[in-house]
Amino acid sequence: MRVALFIPCYVDTLFPQAGQATVRVLERLGHELRFPEGQTCCGQMHVNTGYQREAIPLVRNFVRAFGAFDHVVAPSASCVGEVREIYPRLARLAHDPGLVEDVDALVPRVHELTSFLVDQLGVEDVGAYFPHRVTFHPTCHSQRVLHIGDRPQRLLRRVRGIELVPLPDAQECCGFGGTFSVKNADTSSAMLASKVARVLDTGAEVCAAADNSCLMHIGGALHRQRTGVRTLHVAEILASTEARPWGPA
Amino acid sequence: MSGGTPRSRPFGEAAREALQDVQLRRNLGKATTAIREKRVRVTEELPDWQELREAGRAIKAHTLAHLDHYLMRLEQNVVARGGQVHWARDAAEANAIVQELVTATGAREAIKVKSLTTDEIGLNDALASVGVHAIETDLAELIVQLAHEPSSHILVPAIHKNRAEIRALFLRSMGLRSDELSDAPADLAAAARRFLRAKFLTATVGISGANFAVAETGAVCVVESEGNGRMCTTLPETLITVMGIEKVVPGWRAMEVFLQSLPRSSTAERMNPYTSFWTGVRYGDGPRAFHLVLLDNGRSDVLASDDRRQTLQCIRCSACLNICPVYARVGGHAYGSHYPGPIGSILSPQLVDTPEVDTLPFASTLCGACYEVCPVKIDIPSVLLDLRLRAVERRRARRGRLAALDTEDGAMRLAAGIFAEAHRYRWMQRWARLVQRPFVKDGYVERLPGYLGGWTRTRDLPAVPGKTFREWWRDREVDA
Repeated sequence: MRVALFIPCYVDTLFPQAGQATVRVLERLGHELRFPEGQTCCGQMHVNTGYQREAIPLVRNFVRAFGAFDHVVAPSASCVGEVREIYPRLARLAHDPGLVEDVDALVPRVHELTSFLVDQLGVEDVGAYFPHRVTFHPTCHSQRVLHIGDRPQRLLRRVRGIELVPLPDAQECCGFGGTFSVKNADTSSAMLASKVARVLDTGAEVCAAADNSCLMHIGGALHRQRTGVRTLHVAEILASTEARPWGPA
Repeated sequence: MSGGTPRSRPFGEAAREALQDVQLRRNLGKATTAIREKRVRVTEELPDWQELREAGRAIKAHTLAHLDHYLMRLEQNVVARGGQVHWARDAAEANAIVQELVTATGAREAIKVKSLTTDEIGLNDALASVGVHAIETDLAELIVQLAHEPSSHILVPAIHKNRAEIRALFLRSMGLRSDELSDAPADLAAAARRFLRAKFLTATVGISGANFAVAETGAVCVVESEGNGRMCTTLPETLITVMGIEKVVPGWRAMEVFLQSLPRSSTAERMNPYTSFWTGVRYGDGPRAFHLVLLDNGRSDVLASDDRRQTLQCIRCSACLNICPVYARVGGHAYGSHYPGPIGSILSPQLVDTPEVDTLPFASTLCGACYEVCPVKIDIPSVLLDLRLRAVERRRARRGRLAALDTEDGAMRLAAGIFAEAHRYRWMQRWARLVQRPFVKDGYVERLPGYLGGWTRTRDLPAVPGKTFREWWRDREVDA
């Protein structure tokens, strides 16, 4: 099985530890990984800001980078959602039958990390150890675009030592929304204030999610307010073992 | 959407102001939370809720695909039963038709059933200009009319007001002494009832919108909670109904679906208290004249778009407003449109073309909660994306040659160029690590200039670390 890593641009640039954790988990489970160096950005920012035509070259680049692999795995529900749900539409917008064909063939092979672990590999216990109090935020795109349901929680529940505490109003958006967070910064911040309050209510040390983008938002406020609560990608918790506790490589 | 209150401010600006109003947020939060919880209860109790949603979508999609046929059929049947049908291309035509119909009766007052469509065309102002006073009879609509404010919610126009605010308004506008009225809901309703009863008994013209019209028989339907609507459709001698062309349904069987899904989605009730149907006129019972005004006002343009046609499936339940985390924070007025919330963000920009209305498709995080609750399965996030694309194109068209100077446009084009080639992207990562230096403190950026300052007002940003993932990967490959 040829598995390629899709490390979205902001994970690559700002949260490399989430990518490293993904590598550690998958290699621990015995998989050989490839990282196609031609990959860049999936184009979600462009699409969501109204620049869909400008995103078409990025679709072509993605197909070039990943077209040859059996499976493409990414630690980001949002970017995988972009590829799976929006790429077919962009390919049609490009009026390019070849691109439509390539995209339609590739899209079903692109997986979000926790879905890949549970559905493709059939594992829930990845042998992790993480003795901390953790609350989990189910991000909007993971739930309402990709419909990954409770797959991340199923994995987290099998982590030894973890204390998983439910997040009230978990399904409500944190207010990130990509460029929404700067275009409508005030509304975004008001939504974020509610999310942060709920996270603090849980008394958790760590707020986890399957998307670094939402975590960047929530974590940005947790850090600004000096709450001491950390944000971690699910992969970072799954990467942690008793022998090798998680820390950036 | 000509007439009424045209929006004159971008969403972001109006939202910022609304967010300062702590009382507004408290009122909205309380109201939307209560109705959200109730909606979940009354939809989850149905084993076939998802099938009902699909049936609603399918009926509407079918009707829209054959809209000309069903509208002609509706006209035929309304006329056969003694009603008259008028076709209005836009708001101005519709207003002119209603003005003429009302003034022909000699009436100086008309009583109204709550109607978004008449708000859309600005009918009350149009009637006032010919000396006719239109009186809103829906309690919440009456409240906003007395307060000289626009509605802030499709279903609960006064959702932004609490009891104390309503009491003060009634005291002021109904000429009551403060010892005559408490802020108990029953007391407030009684005061409104006394005020309205006198109007019901004297008015000779009633004006309504329509929730549905059944093409196979010509029956028109209004659903409501108070019974005041039924007073308006039965007591006056003349009844005028203004209806968007998308409200027609093929036959009575469609009502089996919508009379289940609409009340559960809107007021979170199993059944709404008053469902009125009327078909033409009947001697000795109800109005002696019935006029149905069929309004286009941009709808056939929406119908022409494959991607956005589904907007017209809307049955105005307002479930999308109640679930929307943006709406819950800023309220309806921030949208500056008669159709606020997620549905307004996709409908309004398709009915008017202004720079301000084009900010509405961006008034969403694309969280998808609206799509999940929509009883006719309108994929609102997908239509929002399509309208964002169109907003960018319309902005370029409006600016003409100046479009090249647009900052966002330039930044997006530049970013697309960089992302199209991996080597340019790697160069940008290294560049970002350099230019961030003056802003970084302990691994975080706490203050950014310009556009990005919107982020750092309330949030820190992690700095670009010493090694990106791909640099780490490359080093690892080399080591191995």
